[in-house]
Amino acid sequence: MSAVPLQISGVGREFAARGRRHAVLSGIDLDVAAGEVVALLGPSGCGKSTLLRIAGGLDRPTSGSVRVDGREVRGIEPRCAVVFQEPRLLPWRTLERNVAYGLPRDVTGEAARAEVAHWLSVVGLGDFAGHRPRQVSGGMAQRAALARALARRPGVLLLDEPFAALDALTRLRMQDLLAEVQREAGTTVLLVTHDVDEALHLADRVVLLGHTRPDEKAATPDEKAATSVERTATPGETTGASSVRLVLDVPGGRPRDRGDATLAALRSSLLAELGVRTAATAVS
Amino acid sequence: MTLRAVGVVLPVLLLAGWHLLASAGIYSPAQLPPPGEVVTALGELVRRGELWHHLAISTQRVLIGFAAGSVLGLALGGLVGLSRTVRAALSPTIQAVRAVPSLAWVPLLLLWLGIGETPKIVLVAIGAFFPVYTTVSAALAHIDPHLIEVGRAYGRRGLPLLGTILFPAATPAILSGLRLGLAQGWLFLVAAELIASSMGLGFLLIDSQNTGRTDVMLLAIILLAVLGKLSDTLLSFGENRLLASFS
Repeated sequence: MSAVPLQISGVGREFAARGRRHAVLSGIDLDVAAGEVVALLGPSGCGKSTLLRIAGGLDRPTSGSVRVDGREVRGIEPRCAVVFQEPRLLPWRTLERNVAYGLPRDVTGEAARAEVAHWLSVVGLGDFAGHRPRQVSGGMAQRAALARALARRPGVLLLDEPFAALDALTRLRMQDLLAEVQREAGTTVLLVTHDVDEALHLADRVVLLGHTRPDEKAATPDEKAATSVERTATPGETTGASSVRLVLDVPGGRPRDRGDATLAALRSSLLAELGVRTAATAVS
Repeated sequence: MTLRAVGVVLPVLLLAGWHLLASAGIYSPAQLPPPGEVVTALGELVRRGELWHHLAISTQRVLIGFAAGSVLGLALGGLVGLSRTVRAALSPTIQAVRAVPSLAWVPLLLLWLGIGETPKIVLVAIGAFFPVYTTVSAALAHIDPHLIEVGRAYGRRGLPLLGTILFPAATPAILSGLRLGLAQGWLFLVAAELIASSMGLGFLLIDSQNTGRTDVMLLAIILLAVLGKLSDTLLSFGENRLLASFS
């Protein structure tokens, strides 16, 4: 497995609903270097999962294109592997056979068995190879789903809020596991999350998606209110579409310390961008 | 094990009730012969070697008809469940044909296929077809789209997608459809044998009516119940073994 770069250029996506065209994404440009971890952050419904699905070829952009290692993505991209928010394991297969489902088609026989055993042990499920998905916890199932994705030997690992459904403690453990696995596998990672801490802990860069408001800074609070009213009054316009609002380089190499002070400051400013006031932003 | 034994209580009570009713003199023996006479009738049929013929021919008709009907039900149900176009084209017609009562087919089948084995087997096949078709098409059309997406995301499409996701996910529903199909096969068998047959349990029923042998009539009904239950048990045994590896 070797990491490959991912280029998203001018990607827009519109959905047709009841005869109306509704733009979800517009003009997204994002270059992810080989081996880089980029977190896509944004409020729910901003289209971050749609962007991830487009990157993996599960959805097609209305405009623009996605290139993996320089080649345009058309249809399901074999160099990408997706981990969804739910484990989505096949309930009739053991964990072992679920991980084997992710193997590339040319890996068979003894090599396949060794590969599956390797990824199972990497995610700490070596003793549970013969278990069924319903016999293990949600965190274990999600680890198996991660192993399945890694077994595909992806150049780009696409993670769609993979830890959102887990309890807080399991989520932290999974984040550490992912950081570890990413170091070992060296794959490029695009991580969709709504968790600011998760983004800051894992990513080299955080990309904030959302409705662009070019006049935001100049506008007085009254004008802001006026424009937002105007916006909701004219649905169907492309103003509803999300694009890249902010790209933030996270300082310091990985692995990161969760208690880092500079991260705390970034956290406050990111939360402020998402419309959440924290003690830090209230003081400044 | 004890819970299973509870299932025996009701048949024993029914048998005792039957015996009491028959011996109380409320009904004449022609209306309701006592259980003992039915057993005697059974012994008589066994001794004459007829029972085996009736059982064998009926079972054979059900098995062949069920095999044909369920294969067709699997195939058409699969097509209709997987393709919206095929569903739109075929589903209304099949639903309409399904609404035709079993006996309505009999005159037509006799006219077209004569009075041999073929019309009987075809009628059983028609009976077995619809439950299998309905459950298979519904099961395939309602598979968790999340799992289908996993299959697509991991490079499966066409036959590999069918084999690794769609078919395994629909297996429990397909198996219960097969059981329903077998049960309905027995229903349609009797309809087929009531008319223009010289052998089989349905013939035994109609023949006993014509000859006033109520004991044989009751025997035929009991045999149908036992055979139906037996074949369902065998199928559910296979079903459980398969389900253990599919869920």
